[in-house]
Amino acid sequence: MSRLAYIGFAIAAMFILAAIFAPFIATHDVTAQNLAMRYFPPSAEHWFGTDGLGRDVFSRVVYGARISLEVGITVVVVSSIFGTFVGAIAGFYGGFVDKFLSGYVFNVFLAFPGLLLAIALVAFLGAGQGKLIAALCVIGWVGYARVMRGQVLKVREYDYVLAARALGASNMRILFTHILPNAVQPLIVQASLGMAGAVLSEASLSFLGLGIPPPAPSWGTMIEEARQFFSSSPHVLFFPGMAIALTVLAFNFIGDGLREYLDPKQRSR
Amino acid sequence: MKYKLLNFARQFALMLLVIWTVVSLVTLLIEVVPGDPATVILGETATQEQIENFRVKHGLDRPAFFFSYSGESGFIWNGLENRYAEYWTGLLKGDLGTSFQTDRPIFDMIFERYPATIKLAIAAMLVAIGIALPLGVLAGSRKNSLVDNAASFFALMGISLPTFVIGPFLVYIFAVKLGWFSPTGSYYPEDIVLPAVTLGAALSAILTRMVRSSVIEELGEDYVRTARAKGVSERKVLYKHVLKNGLIPVVTILGLQLGVLLAGAIITEKIFNWQGLGLLLLEDGIGKRDYRLVQGCVLVISITFILANSLTDFVYRKLDPRIRFS
Repeated sequence: MSRLAYIGFAIAAMFILAAIFAPFIATHDVTAQNLAMRYFPPSAEHWFGTDGLGRDVFSRVVYGARISLEVGITVVVVSSIFGTFVGAIAGFYGGFVDKFLSGYVFNVFLAFPGLLLAIALVAFLGAGQGKLIAALCVIGWVGYARVMRGQVLKVREYDYVLAARALGASNMRILFTHILPNAVQPLIVQASLGMAGAVLSEASLSFLGLGIPPPAPSWGTMIEEARQFFSSSPHVLFFPGMAIALTVLAFNFIGDGLREYLDPKQRSR
Repeated sequence: MKYKLLNFARQFALMLLVIWTVVSLVTLLIEVVPGDPATVILGETATQEQIENFRVKHGLDRPAFFFSYSGESGFIWNGLENRYAEYWTGLLKGDLGTSFQTDRPIFDMIFERYPATIKLAIAAMLVAIGIALPLGVLAGSRKNSLVDNAASFFALMGISLPTFVIGPFLVYIFAVKLGWFSPTGSYYPEDIVLPAVTLGAALSAILTRMVRSSVIEELGEDYVRTARAKGVSERKVLYKHVLKNGLIPVVTILGLQLGVLLAGAIITEKIFNWQGLGLLLLEDGIGKRDYRLVQGCVLVISITFILANSLTDFVYRKLDPRIRFS
C-alpha cells in the first residue's frame, strides 16, 4: 500500500483515539464560558487559545472529533448496509427489478445535488444530530448501491455461482454466502471515501446552522462562530478548520491507497 | 437512424420521469415538517383565527395528496382538489406559488437572484479550468516528477479543505491584508474573484487529477507513437493530439459538477454575502421558515442539475464516437 495510505491510517487513528478518550484528553470543560478570557491566543493554559465565549478551543476540537466521527461512522454503516442490500438485489435479479432500481430509483437520488437534498431535508425536518444523520444517509446510500450492483453483476456470472445453483442452493443462499462475500471489496474503498464525505457534509451543514446546534462543539459550528472575528483571532477558525481538513485528507488517503492496492491496474499509473 | 431516435426517446422519457419524481418529492417535502406548518411559521403566540386564515390563504387547509391513509379508516380518496395537483397545475403555468412570508410570487423571487448564482458558478468553473488544465497537463507529461507530486498535493488539499475554511483565509489575505477585493458583497466587478476561487477550489483539484490521468493514458496510445515517429514536436503531440482526446472525460466531469457548484454555492454565498439563490434559500427560505420558497429553490436547482447532466451526456456521446456506437 502507498505511503500516503499509511499516513492516512495514522491521522485517522489519532482522531479516533482523540474521540474515544476525549474526557481524558480535554483540558477544560467544553461548554464552560469565561467572558473575561474571550479570544485569548494559544498559550500554555489554553493550547489552541479561547473562543468568543472564552471556551477552550483545544478541548472543543477534541470533543468535536467525537461528533464528527460518530456522525461519519453511523452514516457510513447505515448507508452502506442499505446501499449494499438494494444494489445486490438490483444486480442479482437483473431484468425489470434492475431496470427499476438502477435505471429509475438511483437516477432520482442522483438527480439532487448531494448537499442540497440534505439541506432541504434538514430544513423541513429541523436541526439535530439524528435528523442530520438521517439526511446524510438518504443522500449516501445510492453510491454504495451503484458499486454493489456492478460487483454483483460481475460475480454472479462466475462458475462457482453456477455450481451452487446446480447443487440446488436457494437465491438468498447464493446471494449471501457466495456472491456478497466476493463482491464487497470495492465497498471498503467507497466506505473510506464516504467517511470523508460524511465528515465534510456534517461540518458544512453545521456551518450553515442546519446541523448540530450549539453549544455542542461541532467543527462546522465552531468555524461559523469564529468567522466574524477571523481577522483579529484567526486561531479560533484555524484549529477546527485544520481538524476537518486533516480528517477528510486522512480518509481520502486511505480510500485512494486501498483503491490502488485492490486494483493492480491503477498501481502502474 | 431508427435506433438512434429510439435511444434518444428513451433517454428523454427517463429524464421526464426523473423530473416528475423530483418535483413530486419536493412538493411533498412540506409534509415531513413536524407539526402544523402554519403554527411553525406563525409561532406559538398566533391566534387560532390567524392560523386558520393562513392555512386557507396558502392552501394548507386542503389535503396534501389525492389520497391519504389513516389507521382507522384505511385509504381515503381526497378528490382532485389537493395541494399536489394544485402545485403541478401552477408549475405547468410557470407559477411556483406565493411566499409564506412576503406574499410575493416565488418565481420572481428566485429568478431575481438566480443570475448571480449562475454567474458565480460559471466564474468558479473558469477558475477551475484555468488552474486544472495547465497543472494537469504538466503533471501528466512529467509523471512522478517534482511538478507531478506538487500537483497531486495541491489536488488533495483542494479536495480536503472545505469551502468555509478556504473562504475566510482568502478574505483575510486578499481583502483584509492586501485590500485587493471587498471582503463581502459585490461592489466592484473584480469582487467575484474571491468567491469564484473559493467555490472553484475543489473542482480544480478534481479536474487536475482527471486531466493528469487522462494525459498519462493518452500518452501511451498508438497514435502518439505514430505522431512522434513522424517527427511531430513533443509540444504539438501534447497540445494538439493528447489534450484533444484527453479532454473528453473532463467535459463530462464539468457538466456533472455544475450541480455540485450550484449546491456548493450556498456555502460560498454565505461566506461572501453574495446575493444569489443560495443565500435566498438559506436566509429567506430556511431562516424565515418560508417552506414554499425552500421548495421553489430546491426544485429550480435540481431541475438545472438534471438538464445539465442530460446535456452533458448528449455532448459526451457527440464528442466520442466510441460511446455513440457501443
